Amino acid sequence: MTLLVDIVVSTLVLLGAAFVLIGSWGLVRLPSTMERLHGPTKATTLGLGSLLVASVVYFHARLGIWTAHELLISLFLFITAPISANMIAKVHLHRVRIGAIEEPDSIAGPPPLPAGDGDWATFETPKRNTPASTANT
Amino acid sequence: MIGIALQIAFGCVALALLFNGWRLLKGPALGDRIVALDTMVINAIALIVLAGMIGGTATFFEVALLLAMVGFVSTIAYCKFILRGDIVE
Repeated sequence: MTLLVDIVVSTLVLLGAAFVLIGSWGLVRLPSTMERLHGPTKATTLGLGSLLVASVVYFHARLGIWTAHELLISLFLFITAPISANMIAKVHLHRVRIGAIEEPDSIAGPPPLPAGDGDWATFETPKRNTPASTANT
Repeated sequence: MIGIALQIAFGCVALALLFNGWRLLKGPALGDRIVALDTMVINAIALIVLAGMIGGTATFFEVALLLAMVGFVSTIAYCKFILRGDIVE
C-alpha cells in the first residue's frame, strides 16, 4: 500500500468520524427539537459519506477490486434522510399543536406560519384537484 | 497509520453512540427520541463500516445496507404511529 493511499484513507476516516461525533454532540447540545433535527444530518451526509469513500479506496488498495456497495449505502441514505426528517418535523408540529409538549425557548423561536392565510400543509385537509389528493375520489 | 486512524475513529463513533443514548433517555419531546433512534442507526452503520475495514473483509456491507433500510422503515413506522395511531392504513 502506497503512502498516498495511506494518507487519503486516514484523512477521510478521521474526517468522517469527526463529523459523526459533531453531529451527535449537536443532538445533545442544541436547545430545541427543531434545531436538534439539524445536527445529525451532518453525521448522515458528510460523516458516513467520508467513511464510505475511505472504505472504497481502502478495499481497492487492499484487494485490488472496485466495489460499489458503499456508494449504494450512501445513495440510499441520501434519498431517505430528508423523508425521515420531514416525518419527524411533522410529528413535532402535531405534538406542539395539541399541547402535548411545550416549545422550549430557543434562538430561532418556534417555526413561523407560512405566508398567506393558510396553515402548515400537514394540518390542512387535502385540497381538491391536486394530483395526489385523496379528496378527488 | 490507517490502523491508528481506524482506532481513533472507532472511539469517536462509540462516543457519538453514547451521546445518542443520553438524548434517547432524556427526551424530553417524543420527536427527540425518534431523532436519537434514527441517529443511532446511522452511527451503527458507521461502526459496521469501520469494523469491515479493520477486519479487512468486504462481507459487512450487506449488513450495513440492510441496517440502513430497516432503520429508515422503522423511523417512518414510528412517525406514522404517532401521527395516525396506525401504521398501515
